[in-house]
Amino acid sequence: MADEREMTEEQKAVYLKRRRARSIAIGAVLALLVVIFYAITVAKLGPDVLVRDI
Amino acid sequence: MAYADDRTGNSQLALGGSVEDYVELLKPRVMQLVVFTAIVGMLVAPGSIHPILGIVAILCIAVGGGASGALNMWYDADIDAVMSRTINRPIPAGRVPGSHALAMGITLSGFSVAILGLATNWVAAGLLAFTIFFYSVIYTMWLKRSTPQNIVIGGASGSFPPMIGWAAVTGTISIDSVLLFLIIFLWTPPHFWALALYKKGDYEAAGVPMLPNVAGERATLNQIVIYTLLLVASSIGPVLTGLVGWVYGVPAALLGLGFTVLALRVWRSEGVEMKRRARGLFTYSLGYLFVLFVVLLADVGLNRWFGVL
Repeated sequence: MADEREMTEEQKAVYLKRRRARSIAIGAVLALLVVIFYAITVAKLGPDVLVRDI
Repeated sequence: MAYADDRTGNSQLALGGSVEDYVELLKPRVMQLVVFTAIVGMLVAPGSIHPILGIVAILCIAVGGGASGALNMWYDADIDAVMSRTINRPIPAGRVPGSHALAMGITLSGFSVAILGLATNWVAAGLLAFTIFFYSVIYTMWLKRSTPQNIVIGGASGSFPPMIGWAAVTGTISIDSVLLFLIIFLWTPPHFWALALYKKGDYEAAGVPMLPNVAGERATLNQIVIYTLLLVASSIGPVLTGLVGWVYGVPAALLGLGFTVLALRVWRSEGVEMKRRARGLFTYSLGYLFVLFVVLLADVGLNRWFGVL
């Protein structure tokens, strides 16, 4: 959203640092989402998943 | 990409917000109360829940509450900018564009409701969706700026978490879960009016019709006393329904007595002395709710898990 060409070197460093931090945070949230879906699936299936009546 | 409407000419905004700024949009301090009351609601509900599903449910309730906080900050940026208590919030301070708060609020609302429904049941998910809708639309967009009873109505959304936690376990709404709702609901007005009494000037500047500004301090004090008495009466409710016994009942009665005495002392005073006591009442009310829920949990826990009583 910011125009990097208008920034001083100092501003650019802050901008890139914050962008990197935000990207890592979003990545962590997405990873957590994967773990949550996996955990819910296992918890909901339960130990009876292998017991199948034919 | 140009966010034309977000341009404030503020260099902070051009540099982008930090992660902490975005976390602040979720109102982490309000979230603490939401998480705490939701956990208590979940634990005192009859029945059991898989611990992993329980943790996921609490997370969903917390994120849903945070999402409504972000929507609130998006909509209220104009009035937050003129109140000393809120002027440093990320949007009025120019650290985060309003559109980001809106997008974050909507996204997190959708995910928290959907995951809560998939992990537990759709009664709990429906209650969470209603809570978010109630807080961001009915309270923030509509009633906050138009009625001095705004706190009473807005308080309802803060009262839902224990009901959601309860519903996550049982899939139903019951008298006991409604009582937990009622306790927080009746607690909110005296809590926030005590704050409004000593922060009166702030709300006046922002044009938010808080009761002390609109109806005067005397009327507010009367209302504080009325709601306090209703609160104390409702706090005995769980004893009458048989959810809890004396481990909760005795401390609840004593705490309620303390609340009533403090409220009456504010009611009897005036001017600077009244403001000082109002601040004391505000602090007491925070501790009151916390301890009340702790003894509620202790009572149920001693009975159910240890069979002590």
